[in-house]
Amino acid sequence: MKRAELMVIGGSAGSLQVILGILPVIQPGFPLPVLIVLHRNGVFESNLEDLLASRTRAPIKEVEEKESILPGVIYIAPADYHVLIEQDHTFSLDYSERVNFSRPSIDVTFRCASDVYGAGLVCLLLSGGNADGVEGLQYVKGRGGVVVVQDPATAEVPYMPEHAIARVEADFVVPAGEMPAFLKGLAFLPPA
Amino acid sequence: MITSIRYEELDILLNDLFTRYGYDFTEYSRASLQRRVQRLFTLDRFPSFAEFRHRLQHDPLYFRRFVEEITVNVTEMLRDPSFYQILRTSILPVLATYPFIRIWHAGCSTGEEVYSMAILLKEAGLLHKSLLYGTDINPLVIEKARKGIFPVSQMQKYSENYIHAGGMNDFSAYYTAKYHLAKFDSSLTGKMIFSTHNLVSDFSFNEFQLILCRNVLIYFERSLQSKVFKLFDYSLENFGYLALGSKESLRFSPIADRYRQIGKEKIWRKVHEAS
Repeated sequence: MKRAELMVIGGSAGSLQVILGILPVIQPGFPLPVLIVLHRNGVFESNLEDLLASRTRAPIKEVEEKESILPGVIYIAPADYHVLIEQDHTFSLDYSERVNFSRPSIDVTFRCASDVYGAGLVCLLLSGGNADGVEGLQYVKGRGGVVVVQDPATAEVPYMPEHAIARVEADFVVPAGEMPAFLKGLAFLPPA
Repeated sequence: MITSIRYEELDILLNDLFTRYGYDFTEYSRASLQRRVQRLFTLDRFPSFAEFRHRLQHDPLYFRRFVEEITVNVTEMLRDPSFYQILRTSILPVLATYPFIRIWHAGCSTGEEVYSMAILLKEAGLLHKSLLYGTDINPLVIEKARKGIFPVSQMQKYSENYIHAGGMNDFSAYYTAKYHLAKFDSSLTGKMIFSTHNLVSDFSFNEFQLILCRNVLIYFERSLQSKVFKLFDYSLENFGYLALGSKESLRFSPIADRYRQIGKEKIWRKVHEAS
């Protein structure tokens, strides 16, 4: 397995609790950048950054267009924009049509990240009520990236991880409770 | 398995289009452009990149379709109501002091923002002395903008945006609904001029007190953003305003030091002329 260079976490309904559980393992010095693409809705619209920042000392910020992607930083996709990744490892934002009724779309970011990071990409798909992210995982898998899916049995809304497992051969299916320890192990894995 | 357009192929295509048609997309952000080109390639069922390239080189009508399809044309009326609220309360009162108001909507797509502005101006009693220029690279959307006809299905959302933006009238008074279409009042369209304009290659064509360019620069690389900022600077009167999209900024541009941001809004005022 190639050493991970970027971790993208996609989630929808029911994923916030899992993310809050993961964040304490992402501390300053975490060896790779982490990008979180969440389907936002009114419930955690306003203070998402503040809420997430309360769980980690690592820098955490909303993605800005043309910004360089740096290890140890947690990036959050802004509401109502797709997050794309350029070949020079910078972010772009995109206000084109919704994909899977979603903007940001997890599929869009997974695909785009895979084009740039290939086998150095780790994608994680969490709880959710639609299938956004599943096609993206297929694409990531096809290009040698690592696919991690939350165990649907531990998901508040299992639809999204269920579809992922049905359609993609996930490298790892991880229960919500074991996710923090698992990701820490994955991130600090020595290069093969 | 669908063929993917690789980044090297995209670059070849962009060079072709510049040489053949004079349209320069080489400083567009690649990730977004790749998605759009890939979408068109898949939609039109090309069996290979070579055939796609050949068609684009030899069929000007297909090139026209290419321009129409790769540009992003997502827009709405009174998007970001708080932005329009600020325009209404802070910017229009300043513009009101001018004998004649010229506004440029650069990259206006199908014109929804131009109509939004016209409504604001009308309610401020300024429309009679205003002229709104709407420009876009894509001729198809400019034709639509000129007609002022939008899907009636959008009107409820626009009406809500209008109320959140501080509108005090009945939004439906501005259009006539027929079947599934809503045609906007000719008192609004009468003050608009729509034209194609390419921000990459075309020059300044007037001086304005307000330029709006929202969610356009995100598709450009920094180098092109800088050029466009210079074009806007050149086209803006001293003490004029420049309004950008909610995730765009003047911060890293070569003209930043001569502009002052209005609070936290994506609106900047020109405070010095270029020396």
